[in-house]
Amino acid sequence: MGEFDFGVIQRSLGYLFREGMTFTLTLTGIAAAGGIFFGTLLAMMRLSSHKWLSLPATGYVNLMRSIPLLLVIFWFYFLVPYIGAWVTGASQPLKVGAFTSSVVTFMLFEAAYYSEIMRAGIQSIARGQVWAGLALGLNYWQSMKEVVLPQAFRNMVPILLTQTIILFQDTSLVYVLSITDFLGAASKIAQRDGRLVEMYTFAALVYFIVSYVLSHLVKRLQLRIAIIR
Amino acid sequence: MNYHWNWGIFWEMSADGRHTWFMTLIMGLGWTLATAFCAGVIALILGSFIGVVRTMPLRWAVRIGNAYVEVFRNIPLLVQLFLWYFVVPEVLPSSVGDTIKAMNPPWASFVPAVLGLGLFTAARIAEQVRAGIQALARGQGMAGTALGLTLAQTYRTVLLPMAYRIIMPPLTSETMNLIKNTSVALTIGLIELTAAARSMQEFTFQVFEAFTAATVIYIVVNLIVVNLMRWLERRVAVPGFIGPAVGGGGH
Repeated sequence: MGEFDFGVIQRSLGYLFREGMTFTLTLTGIAAAGGIFFGTLLAMMRLSSHKWLSLPATGYVNLMRSIPLLLVIFWFYFLVPYIGAWVTGASQPLKVGAFTSSVVTFMLFEAAYYSEIMRAGIQSIARGQVWAGLALGLNYWQSMKEVVLPQAFRNMVPILLTQTIILFQDTSLVYVLSITDFLGAASKIAQRDGRLVEMYTFAALVYFIVSYVLSHLVKRLQLRIAIIR
Repeated sequence: MNYHWNWGIFWEMSADGRHTWFMTLIMGLGWTLATAFCAGVIALILGSFIGVVRTMPLRWAVRIGNAYVEVFRNIPLLVQLFLWYFVVPEVLPSSVGDTIKAMNPPWASFVPAVLGLGLFTAARIAEQVRAGIQALARGQGMAGTALGLTLAQTYRTVLLPMAYRIIMPPLTSETMNLIKNTSVALTIGLIELTAAARSMQEFTFQVFEAFTAATVIYIVVNLIVVNLMRWLERRVAVPGFIGPAVGGGGH
């Protein structure tokens, strides 16, 4: 057993949290918000009676769910510059930073998972409610916005949050793009100072505490919602 | 856009000078499946054990089982693999640690990857096994006791056979998750499928051909696994009890 120096953690706390954890939380936040937005749209498309809407959405969700996140990260890292060039009409692939690329990746990848949750949420609302809305003269978007989605979100909040905790853990995979997220920051210090044991143990501990506390809060929220219903 | 497609690249010699890029990807798939299989065996055995322990009428055992699940579910898989790869050999007594560090290349990443993935997946299977057992009517366990079976016999002959059948669908998705999760092992140097595609991209600059091939292979593997599990589910279904919806599917 070698000599351990846990002082290295204390000396690098500022870097780890100001740089690393800030990036991790920003990425998680944006990706969750965007993922829930696009996921809801995907869910609505999948439940549509128009084949040209439901088929592409189903295909997209199944594709995203059958390949590993790491492969998706690599895909988008190389694809986003081309998509950017196509959108802006540039002749050369755009230069896209690792941050933008990872935000796009996680948003679009998680949208597939959130859409499955939202689909269940929308389906949990009695059909009669939609009919009632239509009978009152609401159009599709109005009945979705005023009647179905508010209840669907409310029913699915605990599951959406649980998925967001998984997303928080998954963001550690941006490590492969050499980004300084929380794990990336810990890894950089670990390599620089040769303190792998201390830094990786500390990183594991921080991820554990954050995820554990959050998942317990979600559990309590779930109980509260369950009682109200 | 000026991207030069070259689908013939798969039949060109790879960077190791012995195999084509196609073979490189297939060997990557081999490591993916080998890792997933070994980790799956560990996960199924350990996960079943912990899942069973969590439903037993022993408070302290339930607590230990719960603690295991919490620990392994709340740390990112990547960090867990780093712990097995970088930290564990240092923390073990130096004789054991040095033996681990002296392992030859594929095994030095393969063994920690299998251990890490196995223990990670075990936590998730434990959760499913517990749910499966608790989904059974309480009377089933009581009936076992009333018939004079011991606790172990009740689990083995009454509860588990039905519980496993109930959790076949989630086990199917877990198997697919496990196969996908093996890609994380590329961070500790295992040349599985995603890593093989990545190295092909780095050497040939044929980004999209390499990733398309990997994507297609993952999809094919997925389809095979889903169909195998569905077949198994149908085979072991007990007539009159919960079974796969015949001709169902869709919404």
